Amino acid sequence: MPDQFLYAVEVMINGLMAGVLYALVALGFVLIFKASGIFNYAQGVLALFAALTLVGLQKGQIPFAHLINAAFGTKVHYFGWTMPTFLAIALTIVVMILLAIAIERFILKHLVNQEPIILFMATIGLAYFLEGLGDVMWGADVKTLDVGLPQGASEWVEEASAVLGGDGFYGFFIDKLDIVAALVAAVLVITLTIFSQYSKQGRALRAVADDHQAALSVGISLRFIWVLVWSIAGIVALVAGIMWGAKSGVQFSLSLIALKALPVLMLGGFTSIPGAIVGGLIIGVGEKLFEFTIGSMIGGATENWFAYVLALVFLVFRPQGLFGEKIIERV
Amino acid sequence: MTMASAEPYVTEDGRTIGGVVMELKNITLRFGGVVAIKDISFDIREGEIRAIIGPNGAGKSSMLNVISGFYTPTEGEVWFEGKPRPKMRPYQVAQQGIARTFQNIALFSGMSTLDNIMTGRITRMRTGLFSQALWMGKAEREETEHRAAVEKIIDFLEIQHIRKTPVGRLPYGLQKRVELGRALAAEPRLLLLDEPMAGMNVEEKEDMSRFILDVNDEFGTTIVLIEHDMGVVMDLSDRVVVMDYGKKIGDGPPTEVRNNKEVIDAYLGVSHD
Repeated sequence: MPDQFLYAVEVMINGLMAGVLYALVALGFVLIFKASGIFNYAQGVLALFAALTLVGLQKGQIPFAHLINAAFGTKVHYFGWTMPTFLAIALTIVVMILLAIAIERFILKHLVNQEPIILFMATIGLAYFLEGLGDVMWGADVKTLDVGLPQGASEWVEEASAVLGGDGFYGFFIDKLDIVAALVAAVLVITLTIFSQYSKQGRALRAVADDHQAALSVGISLRFIWVLVWSIAGIVALVAGIMWGAKSGVQFSLSLIALKALPVLMLGGFTSIPGAIVGGLIIGVGEKLFEFTIGSMIGGATENWFAYVLALVFLVFRPQGLFGEKIIERV
Repeated sequence: MTMASAEPYVTEDGRTIGGVVMELKNITLRFGGVVAIKDISFDIREGEIRAIIGPNGAGKSSMLNVISGFYTPTEGEVWFEGKPRPKMRPYQVAQQGIARTFQNIALFSGMSTLDNIMTGRITRMRTGLFSQALWMGKAEREETEHRAAVEKIIDFLEIQHIRKTPVGRLPYGLQKRVELGRALAAEPRLLLLDEPMAGMNVEEKEDMSRFILDVNDEFGTTIVLIEHDMGVVMDLSDRVVVMDYGKKIGDGPPTEVRNNKEVIDAYLGVSHD
């Protein structure tokens, strides 16, 4: 096989893996959009906040340390323990659930029956609030996140694929972390799909998305469902935060990956869980292959804008996305 | 006639219906300066079909919304099963065993007929979030039981052929039937039907009338229904409440109500000279 072709395949595989990370963020958006019709601008910040909390708990950081030190002239920073990863993740999940309850109690409850644009604005406010809160609680420095996930090139894949090419080809280079991310994403999507299709709460969740009045009339509490869906979105954000954090450190630019999720959603459709995954993969592969083939001819750095242009093309020809529900308005 | 009573009552067709299940006492409902319901009292007896009729804007739907908890009355009390009902949210009322349908169909249009009717059983499901999420044995057994109950309702309403169809694609008459199915799935103590036959053709109306009578007959379900078609009301109901401009102007068996002068005036209009 020609080496050039093999390189293209490698780029594609790496693109798929990057796409998985986009998809993880997009998944959180889809969940909330499906259940409440809100475009949750804060989803990216939610991932950042989850990752910050996880690192903070793990390393025994004292929350609001800077504030405490400034107020009392102390110099405390750490409790001096290292929490086991498993416990830290469990506690972070609890924090995300508490956050969901607070969001329902202090924001959503007061905005029932408001226009979607108002709810959208509220989530922008929430995004900046959470970013500030994360900063004050845990500090703004870039943190390394180590939850014991395997990292580095997978020798197994490298050796197994080396036979495909000639002497100059050493096999595909694939990060183990990417493989783990792909597996985690797959498990998450399958679990969420089964949950929403076959469980009582999943059915209630879809019911609320369809019609509030009818949902009330069959005995569904809207408030409970909202807390539930924001909790799930928070947990999905935690997973995304762990993956991104392990790959490139926990830093505040993490909240910007939310923007990359937008073109993913336009491709996949705002209401489809599988759509978020497929959309993420297409964007991931697309931008890597484009950079590999055409990028070098036009000066490179195409990954910054390729996804948005692709989304624009989709908006023109298939506005509901690949898997979204087609909206037909009767005149 | 509207005195609270546990004694059974014999209708004019010679049917015996039970004691009082629900009593509405001096209900008044105001929206700002608009009075939708003005000091209305009546009762609902176990196993009867109770109709609420009246011209457009008489406050019938508002009354149904008070019973189902969508509106909280400004004044007055709702007594259910012998106790005054505290202020409740609609989903809590549903959990008490009061199911309803809506005038302008409120179905989950993206979901199939089967799933729509399954949601009707939510108040009957007991397993918690945790075992649901993990799909443990208990949740699975429960799901199977509920599925069987839903299949019975589907057979009963003769909608087997549309089990898997998303309800948004169904014709109007069938949507109404699915909505009835969803309400029935809760095995309600009290079933509220808001204009179940509005916008239907004669044949669909006959089908729906038959289903309502069968539900009442086979399951002994107490039904409160709002209807415009006087013929249908006279055929179906055991007792009728007549409303006009938010006030009660008649209450009794169909023949009595039909001959009531005030009722005739409200329906046919009367010249004020």
